[in-house]
Amino acid sequence: MHMADALLSPAVGTTMWVASAVTLACCSKRLRKDPRDSLVPLMGVLGAFVFAAQMINFTIPGTGSSGHIGGGILLSILLDGPAAFVVIASVLTVQALFFADGGLLALGANIFNLGVLPCFIAYPLIYRPLVKAGGATPSRSRLMFATVFATVIGLQLGALGVVFETHLSGISSLPLDTFLLLMQPIHLAIGLVEGAATAALVAFILQARPDLIDGIPAVTARSSVGFPTRIVALFAVLSLATGGVFSGFASAHPDGLEWSIEQVTGKPEVESETTPVHQWLAQLQERIAPMPDYAFPAQESGKPAEANWPAIDAGTSTAGVLGGLGTLVFVSALAWLLRRRRAPSGTA
Amino acid sequence: MSHHRVAARNLAYVYPDGHPALDGVNFEIGHGESVAVIGGNGAGKSTLLLHLNGVLRPTRGEVRIGDFPITPQNLAEIRRTVGTIFQDADDQLFMPSVFEDVAFGLAHQGLAADELAARVMQALETVGAAHLRDRPPYRLSGGEKRAVAIAGVLAMQPAILVMDEPSSGLDPRARRRLIQLLAGFDHTKIIATHDLDLVIDLCPRVLILHAGRIVADGTPDALFADRALLERCNLEMPLSQSRR
Amino acid sequence: MSRIETLLGEIHALDASAGQSTWLSRRDPRALVLATLAFILTVVSFHRYTVAALLPLALFPVVLAHLGNIPLRRIGSKLKIALPFALMIGMFNPLSDPLPRVEVLGHAISGGWLSLASILVRTILTVAAALILIACLGMPRLCAALDRLGMPRILTNQLLFMHRYLLLLASEMQSMNLARELRSNKPMGLRIYASLLGQLLLRVLERAQRIHQAMLSRGFTGLMPVIGRPLAWQRQDTVFLAICLVTFVWMRSADLSALLGHALMKVLA
Repeated sequence: MHMADALLSPAVGTTMWVASAVTLACCSKRLRKDPRDSLVPLMGVLGAFVFAAQMINFTIPGTGSSGHIGGGILLSILLDGPAAFVVIASVLTVQALFFADGGLLALGANIFNLGVLPCFIAYPLIYRPLVKAGGATPSRSRLMFATVFATVIGLQLGALGVVFETHLSGISSLPLDTFLLLMQPIHLAIGLVEGAATAALVAFILQARPDLIDGIPAVTARSSVGFPTRIVALFAVLSLATGGVFSGFASAHPDGLEWSIEQVTGKPEVESETTPVHQWLAQLQERIAPMPDYAFPAQESGKPAEANWPAIDAGTSTAGVLGGLGTLVFVSALAWLLRRRRAPSGTA
Repeated sequence: MSHHRVAARNLAYVYPDGHPALDGVNFEIGHGESVAVIGGNGAGKSTLLLHLNGVLRPTRGEVRIGDFPITPQNLAEIRRTVGTIFQDADDQLFMPSVFEDVAFGLAHQGLAADELAARVMQALETVGAAHLRDRPPYRLSGGEKRAVAIAGVLAMQPAILVMDEPSSGLDPRARRRLIQLLAGFDHTKIIATHDLDLVIDLCPRVLILHAGRIVADGTPDALFADRALLERCNLEMPLSQSRR
Repeated sequence: MSRIETLLGEIHALDASAGQSTWLSRRDPRALVLATLAFILTVVSFHRYTVAALLPLALFPVVLAHLGNIPLRRIGSKLKIALPFALMIGMFNPLSDPLPRVEVLGHAISGGWLSLASILVRTILTVAAALILIACLGMPRLCAALDRLGMPRILTNQLLFMHRYLLLLASEMQSMNLARELRSNKPMGLRIYASLLGQLLLRVLERAQRIHQAMLSRGFTGLMPVIGRPLAWQRQDTVFLAICLVTFVWMRSADLSALLGHALMKVLA
């Protein structure tokens, strides 16, 4: 469920990047004060481990499909939130670069969905309280249940994030309810599978090295005091809630600005002032329009075509198609010409 | 003050899980000596070596480097004086390129960039790996990795070299090159190894470690002739001697 | 397991392509990173129904691949993997957006088809840009660029460390899995999976401890030192970045495909 650049708008993409970058900065500050100087190599090899582990599957009996671990909850259990988050961010970055699993603009969103949500919501708000309730030595089944539950919730939240980010971007015209109906159940199943895998792994480690698992006294001693977990969690929840409310608003009201204007002035559009600068700006804005409108004609019958789309006429359309083909031919020819490469030259 | 001496006095170490690894180790190694530490698996060789640069702190007793005990205050100085080469070169080559890895130790000493580069290249040239400077470590052969690991330690210009199984995993040619290289070093050398033939080539003095104690301290000739002793310590006569 | 093989091959190919000596490889890597980010932002900033206007932007990856001596075929094979995912979401568009928007040669094309096509073009452009970026720079130079651009050092160190041990760990995993496969004719169930990964995880943790000991032995006190030549921004880098940015803005504000189309129509008419 990695987001792709193609489904993002610049506004949503950069907002998610800001969210992830802020979290990263907080974590980096926190980790610098962490007394465990063994963190650097530990995080490094654990990142490599999670990356490689995601490429091995186990079969789910009876279904013929396979599953694997995600890593967010496992890393949080081993390393605690901030360090786990940095590791996840690094795994996602390398996935984006090596496998094209999620784009570079979408990386911010992916780090948020698959990093912030599991490490700073699911882990501290689901796993830890559940395990703490088990007293000084929580039972094995409690630990495993907490793991599965935290994984499931983490993935549900992550899927929600994908849905809102895609919907808000407006490139995909999948209606919100259909999207939710598709994503959430699928990720419930994925969450259960991933949770089972993570729990099984945790159980194995518990047997061999109980001191490593969070929930066991030696490890619980490490503190998250000082790290604004609650603030980050609140922030994450607010972002999602805002996304949900906003997109609900957006789908009901095709042109938010126009609607607001209508409410305020009683007229559909504010008459623009006629100074040349305003006109030039209006033209520029019409062309650049970074935030695409959200109206999808299928959802409100009878509504006229959106105001921002340039006037459609047959001549323009044919020119556009012809020009597009021409461009394609030109670029392909260039690519073919340039491909007469020199043999790979020596190292720099 | 000679900082090339290494001494252990009643050194004992118990692992956190309660398993005793060293049980009263005593030895004195002088300036420029080349000493082999041999023993079966689990005898405590690696554990002993980790005490010589303060990575492990003894449960009882002490280690002295150049007449100074190892304390948290002088750890940096100790680690400059004692260069340790580990068994698995992959554990030691953790930087993105050979150059950066060899420079790692030096970078902690606050050297100017050109002096740093000069020391790095000099170390690489000594081990014959100058042409590998921009290679990432995962693209090195076993012998190359070992050479670069040694360079990484040499660059810090230590007085004492501590090595854990330096010849393990090397093909015969790489092994021969390693022995020739080590033979040319003036440093005080402490080598933990299973490779008894290397010991004969390089080390005029041998310590046998068994069950956490030094049970023998002498020349290779004397110790390797004592079959009973070797067997008791889970060892065997070296190949080159058993043919006689 | 084939994904691990892909990874191993990928790392080697990356080293080879990034290690070449080209004009591009002598550029400050920050210029390339910034240009690529600007490119991606430009691509995604188009209106959802835009298809033809996006196409001129394809010049960027094509030219860059040439400058960096990256075979487009390699990019193409990776694209084949990335496209289906974009398709999976985009394919609902024609269903949920059936109102006709455009008329070509007498046929009405609905908005849904337009946006689907747009998604495909965007996918190709953005994925190609990212792949070419890493193929030209390689991980160390990319991290140097990110570091100097303000990324927290803890993340750049993490990326480098992870990248360093990726091959090793992937090989270990592959060996273990192969050993298991050779002794069993059943697909791997959860119990064995947990055991396999568990053993590997324990080994990984032990290795982490040994690496830490090796780091301590050479003077590590908690902060990774900064090694390597500092990046030097040159005039050529400014020129390169400026040309890229101007081109992107121009292609974004002027529909070059339409212009070309009008010109062609005039010629043909």
